[in-house]
Amino acid sequence: MPGMTMTEKILAKHAGKSHVAPEDNVWVNVDVLMTHDVCGPGTIGIFYEKFGKDAKVWDPDRVVIIPDHYIFTADLKCHRNVQTLRDFVKQQGLKYYYDPEFVKNEPGMPSPYLDPTKTSYKGVCHKALPEEGHIRPGEILLGTDSHTCTAGAFGQFATGVGNTDAAFTLGTGKTWLKVPPTMKFTFHGQIPPYLTAKDLILAVIGEIGVDGATYRAMYFAGDGIKSLTLEDRMTLTNMAIEAGGKNGVCDVDEKTLEYVRARSRRKEWEVFTDDKDATYFSEHEWDLQTMEPMVAKPHSPDNKDTARNCRNVRLDRAYIGSCTGGKITDMIFAANLLKGLKVKIPTFVVPGSTEVHRDMKELNLRGVKKDSNEKSIEEVLADAGCLLGPSGCGACLGGPVDTFGRLQSTEVCISTTNRNFPGRMGSTKSAVYLASPLTVAASALTGYVTDPREYVTQPIETGMAGVR
Amino acid sequence: MDSVITGRAYVLGDNIDTDQIIPAQYLSFNPSLPEERKFFGMYALSSVPEGQRGLRKPAASDDTGGNIPFVRENEFKSDFTIIIGGKNFGSGSSREHAPLALAEAGVKCVIAEFYARIFFRNSVNGGYLIPFESEERLVGRINTGDELEVLMDQQALINKTDGNRYKLKPLGDVLPIIEAGGVFPYAKKAGMLK
Ligand code: SF4
Repeated sequence: MPGMTMTEKILAKHAGKSHVAPEDNVWVNVDVLMTHDVCGPGTIGIFYEKFGKDAKVWDPDRVVIIPDHYIFTADLKCHRNVQTLRDFVKQQGLKYYYDPEFVKNEPGMPSPYLDPTKTSYKGVCHKALPEEGHIRPGEILLGTDSHTCTAGAFGQFATGVGNTDAAFTLGTGKTWLKVPPTMKFTFHGQIPPYLTAKDLILAVIGEIGVDGATYRAMYFAGDGIKSLTLEDRMTLTNMAIEAGGKNGVCDVDEKTLEYVRARSRRKEWEVFTDDKDATYFSEHEWDLQTMEPMVAKPHSPDNKDTARNCRNVRLDRAYIGSCTGGKITDMIFAANLLKGLKVKIPTFVVPGSTEVHRDMKELNLRGVKKDSNEKSIEEVLADAGCLLGPSGCGACLGGPVDTFGRLQSTEVCISTTNRNFPGRMGSTKSAVYLASPLTVAASALTGYVTDPREYVTQPIETGMAGVR
Repeated sequence: MDSVITGRAYVLGDNIDTDQIIPAQYLSFNPSLPEERKFFGMYALSSVPEGQRGLRKPAASDDTGGNIPFVRENEFKSDFTIIIGGKNFGSGSSREHAPLALAEAGVKCVIAEFYARIFFRNSVNGGYLIPFESEERLVGRINTGDELEVLMDQQALINKTDGNRYKLKPLGDVLPIIEAGGVFPYAKKAGMLK
């Protein structure tokens, strides 16, 4: 028998088989199913339609519901959708639900939480899942959201599915999957201070294209990946879908285990590694020392260029947020660059989760608890002139017209998010450049796409931010 | 499943992502409520940029090529029931609202060079439409508005407007799920569900 990759081993175990190979179709047991306010109501509808009105989910402790997309909007249908989730949670006795209690079925924009530590609401599901202890190595996570692949950073198989698939899993705990072949991306060297994982993944997608990993697993390997924080690894696996990938994975190391030990709601998990003789669909290598800050130009994540080459591009606004670029380390990167300076264009900041928002209030520029005469991340950003919104998906996907930071017209925006498809952030006339939080912050200062090397002179420490 | 599918073509380009197929602002409609579900038909393909909506061959290009609305204003159904796409059709967001929106508008099948994974899976498992793959690129060869016929058993596409015939790829593994009408009826047939 030839060796297996991590992805193949996880799928084999969950299918009750000793061996699987790419292209095999297998039925697997699912460990966790996640849904949110946009796809939850449709999933719930199909679940009751197909399994009957008295149906019960296969395991109430393995279904996680995280409203995050359309929270801060006056659109009453969105409030109603949150209520649909609440009713389902109650009917099914689900344990893990993160309610935006301030969304009441009332007209008008819900007033956001006042204190991020005093709400059951979390924000973006892919950030909240690990924070709340639902992610462990070796498991299978399905989510009704394409960026569910983010959790692969923890050495698990995680992928996005539609409502019908999710409804099927809700009732049975199972799904069918075709085993994907693995593409291996090795990064050599240590991450330099002017790069973040965003630059790495934009380089990868730029090279292989938005369909370059279709139906495949993307494995991010090498000492370069080891040198990244877990949050930055999540940026890599998060955008696997932007190359068409089915899932993305990183190896489990001490950083992973430290995080999972501190947070996981279950104490058992299994760590899988690629066999030495595992077969790869293809192998790609990069040297971190020769890589440059990257952007994806409109209107596709694979439309790559260096930030340097785009320095003549004039911008109307900047956006820092989402499951890709709204983590606490992203905020620390941006704040270090912006400290003591003023942004030249409207710069919208949306924390990825209420925990990120809490940390923005409590941590200093080095990612450790600030003392009373130090400025918080949030204060540094506000002093620089950034506009701060409440945690959630925000304008990453455009959303309802009254969404904070949404592009409404012909704006040119530079953003830490993951997609710059036509109309993705709200208006089909707008244009979006994707970049790292460092590049977005540097560009906010000049009003032009700007290489962060003009500002970053020394390594930015993020301490234990985002870990505990 | 019908063995022959007929309809008029609506031609799109490469990388038609699910945000273009159904923009995020309409995702607040709940597809499980019939009175809201029909709106997905109304807004299907409404975020495809100008110039790329309903392509026509360069030779046939006239004022309407690239600016043909998929669904006329204030209507819920399209005149076009077969979509011709290029590479990587249905990329991006996993929203099942995308194949659902096309099906609500009346689409019976999409014929593209290849698909993004989740769109393909949602189309099949939800039983919304048949995602065929063509042997060769059809964008630029078929005009929006052409009368098409898909012969399932021969895996062939016939353009009745110009008489051309094209080969489609076999549906392979997913054929039994498509024939059953989705993953639920398929699993029932296979004895996995009561
Ligand atoms: S932040 Fe953006 S990409 Fe992430 S889940 Fe929300 S809408 Fe999707």
